[in-house]
Amino acid sequence: MTHMTTVTACDHILRAGNTNCAGCGMSVGLQLLEQGLGATRPTLAIPACCGIVTAGAFPTSGYAVPVAATTFASAPAVATGLSIVYELNRDPHPVVCWAGDGGTYDIGIATLSAAAERNENIIYICYDNEIYGNTGGQRSSATPEGVRTSTTPRGKAERKKDILAIMAAHRIPYAATLSVAHRDDFLRKVRTALSIRGFRFLLMLSPCPTGWKSEPEESVDLIDLAVRCGLFPLIEIFDGRRYRINVRPDGTPLDAYTSRQRRYASTEIDMDRLKASIADDWQQLDMLARVFPAK
Amino acid sequence: MARELLTGNAAAGYALAMAGQANRKARGCCGGAYPITPQTEIIEFLRAFEFEKGQIVPVESEHSAMAVCIGASLAGARAFTASSANGLAYMTENVFAAGYFRLPIVMVAVNRTLGPPWNIWTDQGDSLALRDAPWIQLYVESHQDLVDTILVAFRLAEDPRVLLPAMVCMDGFILSHTQMVANLPEQNQVDRYLPICRVPHRLRHEHPATIGGLAWPRETEHMRHEIQEAMVRVLDVLPDTLDEFEHVFERRPKGVISPEFVEDAETVIIASGTMARTARNVIHARREHGERIGLISTKLFRPFPREAFRRLLRGRRRIAVLDRNHSPGSGGIFGQEIAASLQTFTGALIQNYIVGLGGGDVTPAVINRVIDDLASRTVAVDPIWEEVMA
Repeated sequence: MTHMTTVTACDHILRAGNTNCAGCGMSVGLQLLEQGLGATRPTLAIPACCGIVTAGAFPTSGYAVPVAATTFASAPAVATGLSIVYELNRDPHPVVCWAGDGGTYDIGIATLSAAAERNENIIYICYDNEIYGNTGGQRSSATPEGVRTSTTPRGKAERKKDILAIMAAHRIPYAATLSVAHRDDFLRKVRTALSIRGFRFLLMLSPCPTGWKSEPEESVDLIDLAVRCGLFPLIEIFDGRRYRINVRPDGTPLDAYTSRQRRYASTEIDMDRLKASIADDWQQLDMLARVFPAK
Repeated sequence: MARELLTGNAAAGYALAMAGQANRKARGCCGGAYPITPQTEIIEFLRAFEFEKGQIVPVESEHSAMAVCIGASLAGARAFTASSANGLAYMTENVFAAGYFRLPIVMVAVNRTLGPPWNIWTDQGDSLALRDAPWIQLYVESHQDLVDTILVAFRLAEDPRVLLPAMVCMDGFILSHTQMVANLPEQNQVDRYLPICRVPHRLRHEHPATIGGLAWPRETEHMRHEIQEAMVRVLDVLPDTLDEFEHVFERRPKGVISPEFVEDAETVIIASGTMARTARNVIHARREHGERIGLISTKLFRPFPREAFRRLLRGRRRIAVLDRNHSPGSGGIFGQEIAASLQTFTGALIQNYIVGLGGGDVTPAVINRVIDDLASRTVAVDPIWEEVMA
């Protein structure tokens, strides 16, 4: 059995020559992940998603760390097997799941929930591009209401699933959101995750120029705008009970974010309702952070 | 070595636990566990067992049970699980993945009817639905055969010439819930029989590889062809594993196929699992009345031992293949394989019988009816169903 790729160990986690699109948020995320992990090298479990397309075709690989490409719904269960055997053998390498929104919010949620409930020693990172990017941009339960995809040609009818709240409800030791536009916050959260044992869930809003119908060079700016207008709160939740808000909205209008993505160019989107729901979410977050603050 | 009266499930749990424990000096053992009747007692046994270096993870589904085995095996541990019927069907995607990953995982499949209709009794349709997966498939006929075959399965799967997962299949309830006496090996014997589990392509940081990513058609074809070659090698490696078993445990497990009275037989019955035991009794009785009749009990289904069947069945005039399974639109699955294997024969009448579907009793009377029916035929017809025959 010799069907293995060979790379040099000093390479970056994401090597040059990978097959990601220009402006892919996942590419930036992988580089920030490496910076956050420092000298620590992870083993990755990646389900069917753009994250495994990143590896490219056998016998080469875009990754310079060990990677198990899992079936779509299985990454947290495969990571469980890896993590347990690593512990049995006192192997210090962290096991990291690197999964898209489909594998996290939809087909993988039973497996994800079960691994969280068992509090497996895994870092789970979802790069959420709010779309099945790997198959060309279809609706997922992460897609926001009103947004056009190839399977919601008139705009999605339902609201986006609140996966962070679902994961926090498992009372896992650490759940947080990541922004590729907020490097220090990103690195600190990866380090925090690394310092904790048990199941850690990190949600990263991941720009996808092909799906978002946006310009590749604007990707990082878009995430900055999503945070500033309050659409994507940067927060941390400890043990599912204690909250910390990292970055507050600064009054940037929502249009600054939506107008630069043609996926939002739909008459079905009720901007007033969207603004109202963002305000509502913040009211609740503020209350939680005030009543149940992280120490 | 202790002689004990125990259920098939307890015997299977014991053998799996001993095999897992035997890898404690290496990278340990791990598996996922999810209950389903009639397999549940096996995973209860495994969860209660105190491994020195191992863990059985209580997962949320069979799909994840196999995924945990995949992760554990990719990390270099000995990995195993058990399932049945709709559980196997739900697990299927990862069953294929485990094989295509070339991971030496062992699974006990307790044969049960795939629902609907809901039926918990034995039927081989569940494991045989996985016949096109890259797994070795072994069928057992007694508790002793079960214990021995599970240990052999680990040795076979982990052999560097093979590196394929193996499924040990037993009839639900008839074996799983029935008590029988079996010789159970001691841990030190299992330690001697099962060498340290080495997964040569386990994930390592010294050699960071991506396993299971994209491959172009030509590379994919190469990988599939290697699996075919490994499957063929099973037929050479299996006798070695049995020799070594005999050396360590001082008894010899049943081989690939077990012929009885075949050399001078005109008529041969081919059966697997517990049906073979019943058929053996019937054939012994009819031999006493001077009938030239023989039996082949089939243990190995994948790889299918074509040559062994050809060699044994050359010159036989009438052959009945019993199938406790049904491939809709075709017939019995063992029947298809035997017919395909013997296609070069002329003159042999090969008749397929579908018996005991959905857990129906395959009694000596059923076997006798099959033999009488076979004697009355001059040409083979489409598979004959037991209730039609009655």
